[in-house]
Amino acid sequence: MIARHYLLLAGTVLVAGFVLVTLLAPVLAPFDPTAPTLGGRLAPPSRQHPMGTDQLHRDVFSRVLYGGRVPLMVAALSCVVSLLAGTVVGWISGYAGGRVDRVLSLVMDAIYSFPALILAIAIVAMLGPGLANMVAAISFVYIPAYFRVARGQVLVVREQDFVEAARALGASRARILLRHIAPNTLSAVMTVPSFNIADAILTEAALSFLGFGLPPPTPDWGFDIQNGQRLLQAGFWWLITFPGLMIILVSLGFGMIGEGINDLINPRRRRRV
Amino acid sequence: MGRYILARAALAVPMLGVLLTLVFVILRVMPGDPCVALLGGRNVTPETLDRCRQALGVDKPIHVQYVRYLEDILRGNLGTSIRTGLPVLEELLLRIPATVELALAGMVVATALGLVTGVYASLHSDRPLDHGLRIFNVASFAMPVFWIGLMLVLLFSVRWRLFPVGGRLDPVAAATFEPVTHFYLVDTLLRGDVALFVDALRHLALPALTLGLVVSGFIGRMTRASMLDVLDKEYVTAARAKGLRGRVVVLRHALRNALIPIVTVVGLQFALLMAGAILTETVYSWPGVARYLIASIEARDFQAIQGTVVFIAIFISAINLLVDVLYARLDPRVRF
Repeated sequence: MIARHYLLLAGTVLVAGFVLVTLLAPVLAPFDPTAPTLGGRLAPPSRQHPMGTDQLHRDVFSRVLYGGRVPLMVAALSCVVSLLAGTVVGWISGYAGGRVDRVLSLVMDAIYSFPALILAIAIVAMLGPGLANMVAAISFVYIPAYFRVARGQVLVVREQDFVEAARALGASRARILLRHIAPNTLSAVMTVPSFNIADAILTEAALSFLGFGLPPPTPDWGFDIQNGQRLLQAGFWWLITFPGLMIILVSLGFGMIGEGINDLINPRRRRRV
Repeated sequence: MGRYILARAALAVPMLGVLLTLVFVILRVMPGDPCVALLGGRNVTPETLDRCRQALGVDKPIHVQYVRYLEDILRGNLGTSIRTGLPVLEELLLRIPATVELALAGMVVATALGLVTGVYASLHSDRPLDHGLRIFNVASFAMPVFWIGLMLVLLFSVRWRLFPVGGRLDPVAAATFEPVTHFYLVDTLLRGDVALFVDALRHLALPALTLGLVVSGFIGRMTRASMLDVLDKEYVTAARAKGLRGRVVVLRHALRNALIPIVTVVGLQFALLMAGAILTETVYSWPGVARYLIASIEARDFQAIQGTVVFIAIFISAINLLVDVLYARLDPRVRF
């Protein structure tokens, strides 16, 4: 049983580890992530600085430990916002049907068809950089993911007998939707964040890599990679390698959880051909 | 067939309308005055702001702006860049071949990688190789595009000096190069200059690999699932029973039928590819549409930003339409 769900297990361990490390960064980090150290400028990894130092004499290891705070927070917040918004709109759209449903679906399809990153860039470009604006941009682009699942579930659930029964008992439309239909869509909706959050982390990383994130000196993996890019041709590999590995491990962890949940939901176990 | 194309095209129109309205809402209606965003908060007199608003037409009521915005797009007027003084559309048309060349090359890499890993995984499903490939596919999905790009530069350009760091051509050759189609692979061949063609190819290699790696995970997963579906079918068993060699069964009988859903996925990946192109172009200084967008944002060139986003919206709609039509051609069962 456990062997079968190794993906889910490994992903959970990975993500839990990262959340822990990020929360405990003040305890674990040997140096202040924003202050210069005595390790020198652009020093390669050593025992004192396991991931080297950057051009401002800062300890890369400490920056990497702190650097997950912004991405994880932005990704988590955007997931919550788009889950709430997408689910509610999906409920309304699916239950109302008719013209409301057609218009809402068209709008959602339009958002969905547009490359998420480009849309997020456009939004941040207009709103300006910053934590709240990044959350706004990222949550906006992922609303359709939740909308589709919530709407689809409403369409299935509303045809069931207990909904008919509630209607026959004279329950109001709002009551039917909120008490009888909505709760039965939640289990499906709740699987969406498991693969959406990895996307959100990558989008955050891309936004801050492109310079739309928090202003320096806030440690942030994406921004630190952009900083390292300028020195890449001189061969300072440690500046980009370590923050990048962190992004990969975190989004891989979330991806594995999503994959594992997917296995749980539709166990398409195949015999060997 | 003709009727299907017409019907599908008719459906694309409201979609495009919604998309353009969305862009308008984001750029004009949402909080944030483009002029304040463009000029920055400091040392701006109210007169300067007013002049800027007048120039962009954002001083008018919102519905008037909206009508003008749509009219301009219908006329093919995407505004004029403040930075260069040239029409935005003209600038974009010069750059779109670079992006398309990169996207197509990336797609070739992604499809090749995805098909190979997907077919292998499906043939060895639930065995270590399958798990390994699945993890690779999930991982390729988890890797930031820009990071893959930078790592490839670090290894292949900085350390081993096998490929150039960026750009589309050697700077010396590029100075005298006069593009015709702006697809450099085509242009260099048109000139009959093989050495230059190889140079263009070498410049394209790393960006294409970067983009391809990212999208390959998705195609690989899809191929695996689609192959697993097909391999269970009776005609595959029949082909095996006939005594055909494994390779023939897999490639001719199974893969051919498994390809249909894969083609759709490949087409739908175009949006992902465009997003990847933004980052790839940034990493490799590739002079395409995406890099133009970023440069416009950095220069606070509002008309250019709006024009580029509108352009991308239209481009994506056209690609989606094209994919649907191609799909209908491939699978005769698709009827409207």
